[in-house]
Amino acid sequence: MERDDLIEYSLHNHHDENQGKSIRKKILQVTVLLTIITTVEVILGAMIKQNSNAWAYVKWSFIIMTLVKAAYIVMVFMHLGDEKKSLRNVILIPYAIFIAYLIFIGLWEATEVSAAWKSFGF
Amino acid sequence: MAGHTTQLDAKTLWGGKESPFQTSYGKLMMWFFLVSDALTFSGLLIAYGFTRHDAQDAWPIGEETFNSMPFLGHGYPLLYVALMTFILIVSSVTMVLAVEAGHRMDRKGVTKWMIATIIGGFFFVGSQAWEWSHFIHGSEFGKIELADGSQAIVKGHFGEIQNFTVLEAGKHHKKGAVIKDDLMHSFQHAAELGHLKDGKIRLHDGSIAKINKAKDHEMKLIIKKSGAKHHIGDKAITGAAAEKMYYEALYSGDANRVVYGANMKQNEYGPQQYAQFFFFITGFHGFHVFSGVVINIIILLGVIAGTYHKRGHYEMVEKTGLYWHFVDLVWVFVFTFFYLI
Repeated sequence: MERDDLIEYSLHNHHDENQGKSIRKKILQVTVLLTIITTVEVILGAMIKQNSNAWAYVKWSFIIMTLVKAAYIVMVFMHLGDEKKSLRNVILIPYAIFIAYLIFIGLWEATEVSAAWKSFGF
Repeated sequence: MAGHTTQLDAKTLWGGKESPFQTSYGKLMMWFFLVSDALTFSGLLIAYGFTRHDAQDAWPIGEETFNSMPFLGHGYPLLYVALMTFILIVSSVTMVLAVEAGHRMDRKGVTKWMIATIIGGFFFVGSQAWEWSHFIHGSEFGKIELADGSQAIVKGHFGEIQNFTVLEAGKHHKKGAVIKDDLMHSFQHAAELGHLKDGKIRLHDGSIAKINKAKDHEMKLIIKKSGAKHHIGDKAITGAAAEKMYYEALYSGDANRVVYGANMKQNEYGPQQYAQFFFFITGFHGFHVFSGVVINIIILLGVIAGTYHKRGHYEMVEKTGLYWHFVDLVWVFVFTFFYLI
């Protein structure tokens, strides 16, 4: 029996040759960007050692660069940027809130545990 | 994506019939699965962060641990992982090109790009196998416990062992014989057991031989566990002083003063948890890559058979693409938090 409740949303997703060209151009741009960021990360990591004074800045720049890379992968490669806003929010917001909390509690507790070990003389 | 021509007002959209997200069931479920998988990986990386934050300076530094390249040897900090990252990013790009070709109903294009993606995936899994093997076997120097009870990792170029000249005969080797086989393995094994003493090695069969070895170069000791004299965070010990301390400990004749490579109980890089996190996080990710390759192959067979062409859309390619990009996404974070920082 033919079902009329299944909507093939993917049929809306087709595009023609011209649109394809501009999409491919965007993919190429993102590829170049991701490669450049990774190269910068490796060069920075090789040049600046962890005991140097500049390390704190380098560390934070690593984290920011990683988040930029992640954003491009999720928004462009995974097409989340092209989905409806409600879907984007349903995926990103609960995840972000939960992980922000987990990072906070993880690092906070680690500091306390470390201090506790030290107070026992380890 | 291009399309979504039917614009509905919110009331109609949330009133049933249409999906409020205007996405198919399959794609939505793939997203929900990826969110839960992302939570798992985040949990692992945060657990890693917790342990590392707790261990402070005793924790190994990525560029000290991972500085080898296949065929080239040591002295290339993080270059190999960067290459792996690049391979995975490129295979992610070929995947997104396959999805794009699918939107144009270009079956040949989809096939071509999916094959490229699968090849990239195999390259990555292979690289990870090399990395694991290297991590498990460890360096030529290992980690050494110095005379004051502190532990140090050792960097530099290990002078080649030329041969062992037997001084006292054992069960197999006669006096004066020159042994040229399996030197490094025998040397490290004897070192772990404490069978090295004053430049001489006691072999399996009980014979005692003189070790003829080229000089080491640029040796550097980095303290990873404090002892009576040396402490974590001290300046690295270099040159003749380093060599003297290292060989005093190595040729002391005590067992268990040196650790080579890594296993589930100990490793030469740092605290025990370090190797366990390495095995679990990169292993779990590698398992994802491997299953991704398998799924990609299954979908490729569907593409070649024309299953999706008949269906009128290549959404299956899009869904497995989502999974594949996710694997790349996870690696971006593993690369930063495990190797760079």
